[in-house]
Amino acid sequence: MWQALRSELHPAGVEVVTVALDTGGADAARPWIEAARPEHPSLIDAAHVSDELLGFVNVPNAVWIDEEGVLTRPAHPAHVQGSGFADSPVPEGLPPRIHDMLVEVKKIPNHSDVYLGALRDWAQRGSASPWALSPAEVVARSQPRPPGHAEAAACFELGQHLWRQGQRDAAVAWFREAHRLQPDNWTYKRQAWTLATTKEGEASDLIQGPTDLYDGNWLDDVRAAGAENYYIAFE
Amino acid sequence: MDDLERRTGWAIKPQGACKAEVCVPLEPGTAEDGDVDVASFARQLRMPLVHDGDHGLWALGPPAGGRALSTAVAPELELPDLSGQPFALSSLRGQKVVLIAWASW
Repeated sequence: MWQALRSELHPAGVEVVTVALDTGGADAARPWIEAARPEHPSLIDAAHVSDELLGFVNVPNAVWIDEEGVLTRPAHPAHVQGSGFADSPVPEGLPPRIHDMLVEVKKIPNHSDVYLGALRDWAQRGSASPWALSPAEVVARSQPRPPGHAEAAACFELGQHLWRQGQRDAAVAWFREAHRLQPDNWTYKRQAWTLATTKEGEASDLIQGPTDLYDGNWLDDVRAAGAENYYIAFE
Repeated sequence: MDDLERRTGWAIKPQGACKAEVCVPLEPGTAEDGDVDVASFARQLRMPLVHDGDHGLWALGPPAGGRALSTAVAPELELPDLSGQPFALSSLRGQKVVLIAWASW
């Protein structure tokens, strides 16, 4: 998907850079990157440094950067193709929780046509594009960071460090605290849920489902937040 | 100090802690001889400093009270590729860049 975008935009002078937000590091991201055979820089962010620096709160998210190294769009949902589930019925015979997850997925807005059009316009017209924001607008539209969100970032970092050290009970306590402090940060939640429900190197049949470790899980939390709020609109 | 800048984007300079065009003066003694009093630094920049006493760990969060971005200048971000080779975002200066965060999860 990202390689196709790169093939389209690179002739117009746009480079695509992908960053894998994976506590599991290169081993977690490797199968996807190798399958995509990317021509663009494909980087690994095992410490979730870019979340903190740029304000990513879910994936896929993106920022746009001009030739001078100035952001023209702060972190935003970055869908470049429609949802494969949007126009098709939920298959019958699935386990109930998976069925219910797909029902919610179908409700999540996907504005890939608007987004891709905006990206193409910016690629061609640069700062003359109406989609390019001024530096002041970029800062103003970036994620708010009240004290609880700043503290959540530090808690999440502690959790990741402890997880990598094998101190998993201690890590979960810090992940839970990050979730409590910033409940709308899906990156913190989905990463921690996946670590708890998926053994390294194995596919998961739990898919960020309920565990004894966390109060929330993908289905219940999306229902509580409202699927329509899962990604902010691109405008 | 290099690690502090790499992880927070804030560089220690004679005029204080600086990120792009933004500089915050620091109290005397906060950064001297290559060492940073992190507790003092954190307090002055409104960064949470979270402590795990059981494991002897400290973590420094980003500045609180504003937005995720204090400037539109892209932060210096250097991350490894699959083979572990570091790649600096700034090496793409002169091109437009779409930086996309994704995950295996």
